[in-house]
Amino acid sequence: MIEPAIIKEKLDVYNIRKQFPFLSREVKGHPLVYFDNAATSQKPESVINALVEYYSSFNANIHRGIHTVAEEATAAYENSRDTVKNYINAPTREQIIFTSGTTEGINLVAQTWGRANLKKGDEILVSEMEHHSNIVPWYIISQEKGCTIKVVPITENGELDLNAYASLLNEKTKLVAITHASNALGTINPVNKISELAHKAGAVILIDGAQSTVHLDIDVQEIGCDFFVFSSHKVYGPTGVGVLYGKLNLLQEMPVYQGGGEMIKDVGFEKITYNDLPYKFEAGTPNIADVIAFKTALEFTTKTGKNLIRKHEEELLHYATNALEEIPGLKIIGKAKEKVSLISFVIENVHPQDIGILLDNKGVAVRTGHHCAQPLMDCYRIPGTTRASFAVYNTIDEIDVLVKALHKAIKMLS
Amino acid sequence: MSDNKSILEIEQEIVDEFSLFDSWDDKYEYIIDLGKKLPPLEPQYKKDDNKVKGCQSTVWLVAENVNGVIYFKADSDAMIVKGLISMLIRVLSGHTADEIVNAPLDFIRQIGMMSHLAQTRSNGLLAMVKQMKNYALAFKLKNAG
Repeated sequence: MIEPAIIKEKLDVYNIRKQFPFLSREVKGHPLVYFDNAATSQKPESVINALVEYYSSFNANIHRGIHTVAEEATAAYENSRDTVKNYINAPTREQIIFTSGTTEGINLVAQTWGRANLKKGDEILVSEMEHHSNIVPWYIISQEKGCTIKVVPITENGELDLNAYASLLNEKTKLVAITHASNALGTINPVNKISELAHKAGAVILIDGAQSTVHLDIDVQEIGCDFFVFSSHKVYGPTGVGVLYGKLNLLQEMPVYQGGGEMIKDVGFEKITYNDLPYKFEAGTPNIADVIAFKTALEFTTKTGKNLIRKHEEELLHYATNALEEIPGLKIIGKAKEKVSLISFVIENVHPQDIGILLDNKGVAVRTGHHCAQPLMDCYRIPGTTRASFAVYNTIDEIDVLVKALHKAIKMLS
Repeated sequence: MSDNKSILEIEQEIVDEFSLFDSWDDKYEYIIDLGKKLPPLEPQYKKDDNKVKGCQSTVWLVAENVNGVIYFKADSDAMIVKGLISMLIRVLSGHTADEIVNAPLDFIRQIGMMSHLAQTRSNGLLAMVKQMKNYALAFKLKNAG
């Protein structure tokens, strides 16, 4: 275990900001305030440099080449796998499958594990706060297999109704697919408990870590889940890379996903032998450059200190919650006790789209709409929200800019 | 009102009006004001069939063909979109199908709206334009048939 050289109490956010070239840009004549981090995070210079360095000095196709550069590229790519393994405390590197993102990870499980194990009458349990990516793949396989999707409701403050969850679990429940943190509410779900209950009922559990991995320490063994999926681009890494972690026995038993190069051992027209884990699920030339730079992104968070990042983001969340609640007519949607650093809100008689446009006019980037969680919006009977989501590089001053711009927007619209 | 003016003339009027504004704050104030003044659509028209697809907000658009002249009515639950559609109605309503289909609508670019918010699918400005032209095209084909 490497301890940081200096134990710091507080994050030096202005030093952090210097590492993100993007943050110096302007929008509509104003310094950009980027509060759309739950959609995608900005990239530190080290990640951008890692991409440039790869393409400038060791771009080669991996695993097959005998030449020096191919060896270097392969080593770097496989190094990323080790870094990810340690980052989420997976037992072995074979359990880390590189995908194109969270969405592909879920689809992979649905189309391989799901296809092999689900049958007519089985039940899949998802929650009301799931992103479409953790609903649609299960809907597709349920349609094919004749399974039923059951929905765990949420409470008024946006927490998962654990009693309802426990009572929905039964012998027909084959799979539970639940988000670690809600992209629309910010709620952090008690995934350890959720996994334990799923296993007691004999179900397999997948945790969607798209929104949690950037904010929380992830230990898949402590969570106890069977599958954990997340994306690089929300953790300060490049787009187009994701991770699927799975329990070894499940991954070994799962049929292959896509066919192609890399995922095979021997190919004949009569018989094909598939490759071992993790390559069996990584058909074709992978996203080498982005996987390599992803390692640098994870190292950025480790070096910065995930505990310091969490503390900083909690400060932002706390400050923003108090400041926003003072705005007349504003209602925060999602008031769970445990939240990642994002705030969804609605304003009486004002459409989120108008807020989004007028904030953008002041250089403040937020997200408006249903956040790919239409069932959740239906549950609150709202068409959508405005969402401000904070990252390591955001500041209290920026929240003040948001609040000021909101006051102005509301004044214009009323 | 628009009976005597061509689409191009009305487009130019809007461009001239916008040239008076110094800032985007003023432009948005004006658009919001147009939105507030747009008469609400009667409830019977607020049905799914009349919704414009491709907008983050809900936009209802209806068209009527009176002796070859097309009139539009619309509404939205979002104010800026309502203001934008008010401008589109001002330009296009009261013209023939041919005039509407061939309308350049370059004023959207000239007033800076294209660079300001027409780029993403979420605001629906281009979806509204497309839907209005589709109505005109449908009336035209119906008349021809």
